[in-house]
Amino acid sequence: MRAKIFVKLKASVLDPQGKTIHQAVQTLGYRGIEDIRQGKYFEIALSDSLTRDEAWAMLDRLAREVLSNPVIEEYRVELEETS
Amino acid sequence: MKFGVVVFPGSNCDHDAYHVISKVIGQPVDFIWHQATSLEGYDAVILPGGFSYGDYLRAGAIARFSPIMRAVTSFAATGGLVLGICNGFQILCESGLLPGALLPNRTMKFVCQFVHVRVEATDTPFTHLYERGQILSLPIAHGEGNYYCDAETLERLRRENRILLRYCDEQGRVTEEANPNGSLDNIAGICNRQRNVFGLMPHPERAAEEALGGADGRILFHSMAMALAELAQD
Repeated sequence: MRAKIFVKLKASVLDPQGKTIHQAVQTLGYRGIEDIRQGKYFEIALSDSLTRDEAWAMLDRLAREVLSNPVIEEYRVELEETS
Repeated sequence: MKFGVVVFPGSNCDHDAYHVISKVIGQPVDFIWHQATSLEGYDAVILPGGFSYGDYLRAGAIARFSPIMRAVTSFAATGGLVLGICNGFQILCESGLLPGALLPNRTMKFVCQFVHVRVEATDTPFTHLYERGQILSLPIAHGEGNYYCDAETLERLRRENRILLRYCDEQGRVTEEANPNGSLDNIAGICNRQRNVFGLMPHPERAAEEALGGADGRILFHSMAMALAELAQD
């Protein structure tokens, strides 16, 4: 199994990196881009010995405890089967 | 009385802190490797500035899981003095010993300069030798010093008088222009509820001798030493 974890700043938190990228993009002449917010993306390879339920529980904990800071960020976990 | 300076991989202000404690205020001090699991025998612990673990993931995020941090947490719970400077402040926030988080600076620039900060509370072991409202000149050097917390936490910090330092101008006015990184409410340093854990972005250890451009930071370390000496007499 493989998993993807997306971490992004909460909507209420200012994202200076996203803002800077947005400004640069506008300077370059891109039109119609209203906002950019930057996040983080993790690709995780999981052992086949884990059940889906075990993997979900562990990934949720991993995302909450380590990969994100709940004060400023939120996360989303995706689990995909590999054949 | 004994101080400890924790050394994480990537700490780079550990020797400055050690120097100030040993040579400037003349107290016993040890380096403590991040793999250590006990703080027995210590009365105050400093988490120094630097880039622990290369600031990977988030500043302070990996250091938080170092074995020593478990000891720091119980040390703090039993009243030991914990001072987190710059990266140390980030680690204290990541570990939950202080509320909030430090975001990238509003300008996205690494800021390295002397700034003014106003002492907002003196009823702590770290600030009792300062005067309330005193304006200090201290250096900052960080890319992620933009203090953030939710509205409820900010309200609690204010109510409990836990904002110890605010960025201000030369006259002590807390203004937007004097805010070097976008910190909420111009916050430069906060303490925990018990007032024995203090985190700040400025570097008092880099301003503890006139030869280095200023000595306003020295008083912070004297405050700690005096608080510990008084504690020992009781």
